[in-house]
Amino acid sequence: MTTTIETIEGLTQREYKYGFVTDIETDSAPPGLNEDIIRLISLKKGEPEFLLEWRLKAYRKWLTMKEPTWAFVNYPPIDYQALCYYSAPKQLPNLKSLDEVDPKLLETYEKLGIPLIEQKRLAGVAVDAVFDSVSVATTYKKELEEHGIIFCSFTDAVKNHPELIKKYLGSVVPYTDNYFATLNSAVFTDGSFVYIPKGVKCPLELSTYFRINAQNTGQFERTLIIAEEGSSVSYLEGCTAPKRDENQLHAAVVELVALDNASIKYSTIQNWYPGDENGRGGIYNFVTKRGICQGKNSKISWTQVETGSAITWKYPSCILKGDNSIGEFYSVAVTNAHQQADTGTKMIHIGKNTRSTIVSKGISAGVGQNSYRGLVRIMKGADNARNFSQCDSMLLGDKCGAHTFPYLEVANPTAKVEHEASTSKIGEDQIFYCNQRGISTEDAVSMIVHGFCKEVFKELPMEFAVEARQLLSISLEGSVG
Amino acid sequence: MQAMLQIDNLQASIEEKEILKGINLTINPGEVHAIMGVNGSGKSTLANILGGREDYRVTGGEVKFLGKDLLEMAPEVRAGEGLFLAFQYPVELPGVNGMYFLRTALNSIKKYRGEAEMGVRDFPVLLKEKARLLQLDDSLINRSVNEGFSGGEKKRNEILQMSVLEPKLCILDETDSGLDIDALQIVADGVNRLRSPERSFLIITHYQRLLDYIVPDFVHVMIDGQIVKSGPKELALELESKGYNWVREQMSTVA
Repeated sequence: MTTTIETIEGLTQREYKYGFVTDIETDSAPPGLNEDIIRLISLKKGEPEFLLEWRLKAYRKWLTMKEPTWAFVNYPPIDYQALCYYSAPKQLPNLKSLDEVDPKLLETYEKLGIPLIEQKRLAGVAVDAVFDSVSVATTYKKELEEHGIIFCSFTDAVKNHPELIKKYLGSVVPYTDNYFATLNSAVFTDGSFVYIPKGVKCPLELSTYFRINAQNTGQFERTLIIAEEGSSVSYLEGCTAPKRDENQLHAAVVELVALDNASIKYSTIQNWYPGDENGRGGIYNFVTKRGICQGKNSKISWTQVETGSAITWKYPSCILKGDNSIGEFYSVAVTNAHQQADTGTKMIHIGKNTRSTIVSKGISAGVGQNSYRGLVRIMKGADNARNFSQCDSMLLGDKCGAHTFPYLEVANPTAKVEHEASTSKIGEDQIFYCNQRGISTEDAVSMIVHGFCKEVFKELPMEFAVEARQLLSISLEGSVG
Repeated sequence: MQAMLQIDNLQASIEEKEILKGINLTINPGEVHAIMGVNGSGKSTLANILGGREDYRVTGGEVKFLGKDLLEMAPEVRAGEGLFLAFQYPVELPGVNGMYFLRTALNSIKKYRGEAEMGVRDFPVLLKEKARLLQLDDSLINRSVNEGFSGGEKKRNEILQMSVLEPKLCILDETDSGLDIDALQIVADGVNRLRSPERSFLIITHYQRLLDYIVPDFVHVMIDGQIVKSGPKELALELESKGYNWVREQMSTVA
């Protein structure tokens, strides 16, 4: 009979299910970063002049910046000159249908369980799959076009809707924002673009799966979502990456803009390679995500389930500018083995009667370190602003850590801000109780962890909540037997 | 007839402190045994060891459950074999739905026994029926397991679980503690309805009160890690009127 502690240690020794490499010839730029590389990226993508200028401004700014060190994470220095900043799968340009897509790519998606093909139509999900840095397939574009919705790769958006890109790119996360966002602004290769016209409720959940493939490829995605007056959209981003020995940098930027009475729901399931049980390999996920509730009565809701990556550095935030606007952040972050996560949110209350809710659930196992870092700022003019924050941590085993760093800045006396925090250990008592009812320790841990995360899972779109539950189980289960 | 439970000279300790100093007890199918004793006499330790809790170290003796070595089994295997421990302090499982928990438990046990598992649609029907038979309110089951339950609700929930899992041997660890007289009656009624010739009970209690409602076949008195006196149900009454010191005095007279 194994003890509970031994069992929990066993849980950390699972294999990464998605560890494989697709063998496709790639068209890559030489490693290294300089203005020529940026010009090459811009040229390859046939970009207008304003975008190249923007990239170069960002690059020059980046050269003057220092990599931040305030996060509660540890990693060896990244050699930015050793990374490759452009990598595109070689294939026929201008695909008209999935039939033209390289079957190896489709096979890769199949292994990942990404239902790109026809069955997904029944599930009502449009998929814009990103393979390394270039979009290769987009489905359901037609249906969305009928509603006037634009859902396409960032590259296509630059080609077809340059006025929207010019107006909104960098409007939420300026190119000067922070080290990783600035780097992204200089070298981003692709991503997703969503535009929901006035009054339109998007009839489908929009979903993008990201995938890192070529070795040594830093991946720099750029996502921009604009919800016009009175519109609404729900967007899901899901991520997995194949097994690699070398750390891979991922520094994405996501910008959301919600105008009057618009709402954006952005859900993330992140399952990138976390490294092996000794902490080797794994993805560095340094992401800047921010939304602005520009208009009155607008709403932005972030939901994230973070189970992967060696290091996660991520703070999806809301700027509540419009009066009566609402910001929400629901998060489950799991660190197992040697994973490190420093994640949370920022809620910036500017408008009157603005409200924000933060629910963060951190789960640490193995020797993982899990930190919640959150800022609630109530500006002077934000009369009657409300915030409620709840940060709960759960520890599995006795070698992991949970940390909470809440920051609070209130400049308006009418504000009401509440913060609750708790740390619990999965009790031997709880596991014994389940065991005594016939339930194995593995099932018991899974059940208790799911119970702990319930408030967040219920915010996910139904079809993805199931996926998130399975992912969480995969992350925590393993060689118990 | 094969004994339901046979305990031979069971000795156990926690952190070098000897708690059980040679327990002998045989329970046959259909019998209800009560173990009475003051706090610290080791009676809850016995219940927990039988249930499979790992905090204790068994230092001697053996326990057979329907002829099999109980102490070799993991707690979930004991449940599969038909042993149920109603906890003195049932733990809360925040966010874990009671219905889901109990169906998972039932199916884990069915799986262990090689029986067909119960579907998500059939289970509520079974549960309603069980609750009706026990005259228990089944509204608790839609809440998170034990979360925010009163003491009485927790104990009722234990009995409802017991009725659904249909164990062969039910161990009730101080089920009466913290219950008012109404709650005590509801719990005792539930237990009485579950009594059958194939099912045995081991009731661990501090007070005689519970035994007014669940009438045992045998009463054992436990003092300082040993069963020092056994007798018919009347022993409980005698103990209540004369106190545990009466037994101690008898022991010292014998010695």
